[in-house]
Amino acid sequence: MRAYTPKDDVQKKPYYTDRYWVAPQVAKSDVSEDAVFAADLEAIKAKFEVLDAYIQVEQMVVVIHAADNFSVLEMLKNELEYTQLSELSAIDWLAQEGKFEIFYQMLSMSKRKRLRVKCKIGEKESIQSVEKLFRSADWSEREMYDMFGVVINNHPFMKRILMPDDWEGFPLRKTYPLQGDEFAQWYEVDKIFGKEAREIIGPENRDPARVDRYDTERFARLGHEVPRGADISQGEPDTPLVYQEEGGVFMIDKFDAEKSVVISDRDR
Amino acid sequence: MAQHQVNYLKDGGLPVALTTIDKVVNWGRSNSLWALTYGLACCGIEMMASGASRYDFDRFGTIFRASPRQAELMIVAGTLTKKHAEFIRRLYDQMTEPKWVISMGSCANTGGMFNTYATVQGVDRVIPVDLYLPGCAPRPETLQYAVMLLQQKIRKESANKSQKPKRLM
Repeated sequence: MRAYTPKDDVQKKPYYTDRYWVAPQVAKSDVSEDAVFAADLEAIKAKFEVLDAYIQVEQMVVVIHAADNFSVLEMLKNELEYTQLSELSAIDWLAQEGKFEIFYQMLSMSKRKRLRVKCKIGEKESIQSVEKLFRSADWSEREMYDMFGVVINNHPFMKRILMPDDWEGFPLRKTYPLQGDEFAQWYEVDKIFGKEAREIIGPENRDPARVDRYDTERFARLGHEVPRGADISQGEPDTPLVYQEEGGVFMIDKFDAEKSVVISDRDR
Repeated sequence: MAQHQVNYLKDGGLPVALTTIDKVVNWGRSNSLWALTYGLACCGIEMMASGASRYDFDRFGTIFRASPRQAELMIVAGTLTKKHAEFIRRLYDQMTEPKWVISMGSCANTGGMFNTYATVQGVDRVIPVDLYLPGCAPRPETLQYAVMLLQQKIRKESANKSQKPKRLM
């Protein structure tokens, strides 16, 4: 018998999921379809173990062991004419498989081909630097360390590149909150004024449309103005905030000049 | 025969102007606001345009200075990142009193669209701000208007030495 699913709040919580839905994938084709790539792959396979290889959007993807990354790229550069490293970064698959995927995007100007070398390392593992082969790897590897916390061996200047040196956490990991953890939210306050100033300065206002209806210093009330700095926290009729998308106010009324209270000089 | 007669009490005849110290000092201060070049992002382009010939900040007496020690106005034009926050505070501290701050554009006012871990959510978390200028990015005319409003604000202030410097906390 099928498991019972409560359907009393169907509008709020969609319970239906398509069992046959598959995430769309970029089509892969076999390496043998392209003669240049097939020859390259044979050359790599002769020396290193290749875990997987396919062609995707006219680019060959070669998956190798992480320990081979320097020697594979050395071979690609010196023997197979892939003379440029155009991009290098990591992808966070920690939630799915506990690993980072590191990719090296290579370009051969003579063959007019692009090739991507991929390898996977665990969270606590490190990878060999390719900065000795490609100078462009210098900043890319620093950024990879800065954003993902992937440690690079034998890098000449292993330091954060975008975030401040005393930053905690790695912002491009999937587990890092977009608006920052506690350290990030108080970073500038802690650094400039010290932790004891947190209470005085207060937490960040992350709502740009926030209006404090009792704050007469910074906000002027529409329709019923009060002198600046007046305390209206007592006995004020509450104006409920309604949004149109929540089924609230449909038509917006114009202010009636006769009913409105207007003060000519708010600063008095 | 021509009669030489000057009415000293009419038509500015008396070569004396009566005023207060406050007015004279504030007249001087408000008409020679030297601004620190502080372009952080795209608002910086608008700030440069305000300083260039078409909009011409020089006629307001606003001349951009590259040193905080020669400036009394800081126009924070652009996104302030958390990495940069300590430097803006240090530059603000280096400016001589009296000093004023215009927070230019949405990013400097509230963090703007950068609702992320790396952006300071409003420069007023770091330095005291005198004037918030909305817009993304504000046009040079708007920045001119902001400077004119700041001039009015300065003219209202007391020029007294004992006036306390603005504090954030």
